[in-house]
Amino acid sequence: MIAAQTDDTGYNLRLYVAGQTPKSMAAIANIRKLCDRYLPGRCTVDIIDLTKDPALAQRHQIVAIPTLIRELPEPIRRIIGDLSDTQRVLLGLDIEDDPGDAS
Amino acid sequence: MPNANLALATAGITKAKTGIVGLDELTGGGLPAGRPTLVCGAAGCGKTLLAVTFLYNGAAHLGEPGVFMTFEERPQDLVANVASLNYDLDRLVREDKIAIDHVRVERSEIEETGEYDLEGLFIRLGYAIDRIGAKRVVLDTVEALFAGLNNRAILRSELRRLFEWLKDKGVTAIITGERGDGQLTRHGLEEYVSDCVILLDHRVHEHITTRRLRVVKYRGTAHGTNEYPFLIDANGISVMPVTSAGLDHMAPDERISSGIADLDVMLEGRGFFRGSSVLVSGMAGSGKSSVAAQFVDQACRHGEPCIYFALEESPSQIIRNMRSIGLDLQKWVDQGLLRFQAHRPTLFGLETHLATMHRDVEEFAPAIVAIDPLSSLLQAGDRSDAQAMILRLVDFLKAKSVTALFTSLTHGNLEHAMTDMQVSSLMDAWLLLYNRESNGEHNRQLYLIKSRGMAHSNQVREFVMTHDGIILRDVYVGPEGVLTGSARLAQEARERERTMRQKHEAERRNMDFTRRRRKIEAQIEELRAQLADEQSELTALSDEASARDAQAADERTRMDASRRTAARPAKP
Repeated sequence: MIAAQTDDTGYNLRLYVAGQTPKSMAAIANIRKLCDRYLPGRCTVDIIDLTKDPALAQRHQIVAIPTLIRELPEPIRRIIGDLSDTQRVLLGLDIEDDPGDAS
Repeated sequence: MPNANLALATAGITKAKTGIVGLDELTGGGLPAGRPTLVCGAAGCGKTLLAVTFLYNGAAHLGEPGVFMTFEERPQDLVANVASLNYDLDRLVREDKIAIDHVRVERSEIEETGEYDLEGLFIRLGYAIDRIGAKRVVLDTVEALFAGLNNRAILRSELRRLFEWLKDKGVTAIITGERGDGQLTRHGLEEYVSDCVILLDHRVHEHITTRRLRVVKYRGTAHGTNEYPFLIDANGISVMPVTSAGLDHMAPDERISSGIADLDVMLEGRGFFRGSSVLVSGMAGSGKSSVAAQFVDQACRHGEPCIYFALEESPSQIIRNMRSIGLDLQKWVDQGLLRFQAHRPTLFGLETHLATMHRDVEEFAPAIVAIDPLSSLLQAGDRSDAQAMILRLVDFLKAKSVTALFTSLTHGNLEHAMTDMQVSSLMDAWLLLYNRESNGEHNRQLYLIKSRGMAHSNQVREFVMTHDGIILRDVYVGPEGVLTGSARLAQEARERERTMRQKHEAERRNMDFTRRRRKIEAQIEELRAQLADEQSELTALSDEASARDAQAADERTRMDASRRTAARPAKP
């Protein structure tokens, strides 16, 4: 079990936002909270503000804001919305919902 | 063709030219500039192509760069699809005149959690617009978002915001939408885009499809409201605003030879009016195509360009067949004077046929058009539509002063043939070719049923095809009716015999007279000789008399002299 878990320890997440909108701020807060709770120390989150680098929107196929992309582990997953529904985010990221089980 | 009625009430609205033949005329100059236009229609009806053409013409010819945002096709597919129309999108993309952005939304890859908006799309589009300075935008088909995202309420409000945002940006946009049940688009985009709505249609009637375009709505512009056929072919899209041009066209006085000298004689010796419509109807094998070919050949001889629309035979077959009556049409084709356009009537609908002809005539600007046969076009559409469509064609050709010759296949007997043709009333001249059977042979007859505006011959002629073209023969009208073929030949023989007899008689009389004259002349000569004899006799007598007188005088003198001599001896 431990060996299996070490394989998917690294989560590379990217969150695309557009400026300081309430939805963007909520999404940033929600993903930080989720990472701290379910993936402590195993998760990096890059926040990308498309208003600062608009060319990335096309390059990374962003339509909806906010969009969370799981780069790693593969396959790539996309979650859109303010990430307020934690259960769906966990489902989308393929993370098991057992925060207490750290053994 | 510019239509004055369509150009009304367009002041105040700036238009962005689409560069699509016909559409700009129809809309009085193009799409509303700086505003979105909805182009809707079923799958495969040409929405994307219309949008690309709009964008391409803007970027390539009108100095208006454009952004193409596709939600369905991949950019490389798009480029490949329009490359067949000689649209070099790649080059324009390299020159930053066109930007293509493929928006891919895959429902299976996306999880939705909570509130979101489509700001990403706005940023992409805004960035692309600003990067190339775009004046035109195409969103094709934005409704695909509904398939990729679940939250309809968000989508609707975001699309509404998008269209408002496009207006604020001042770009002229085309938004395509798929036709929905009972409404113009599946997701009711027409609610948001209300300035201009164009509907494309792709209807199948008896296995033949016709593309049609209709401007459903155009705020602030009096637009043509009819459905107009449009074409998609190697030249791109062309819309045919083939409205009836009305009856205000010029009627030239100039005449144009029919190419058949004998027929010209029947037409006051000068042929048809230029710009008139001539119908040649007849049964199968009655020589309709030959009349058409002869007409075309004559025009080419005078250096006038012609288009021959062949709907039943291939050009090479026509060229071959016409050689048998001494016409070399290939020569004119080679010289670029004659163009054949051959299409099977069932290839597309009547309207599309007419639209093609419309375009060809615009492009080639012929003096003469032959349509062989018109009747087969009628198979390609509803009979009720047919007359209206042909009326449009006739009006259009007249407005262009193109002389048109239509052939038409008729069935049944002569009386039937003379009344059957529903289009005959549109025609200025009508020749009927009729096969009459008598004495076991078919012979062709030509009736000049009408020819408006001239004192034309009302006589039936026999129509004969020779190796040197068509000739018309006077027919004999006898107690048994009109004589043609061998009956005519027999009659001609009789006629010849009679003429011969008369000639002999005349010759005989002539000789008689000559003989008599010679005789009389001889008599005159004799009398004259007699007269001369008497004259000379008379002269001789008078000479004798005067000689006698002279001698008498001489003798007297001598006598006087002798008397003087006798007196002299007496004197010494």
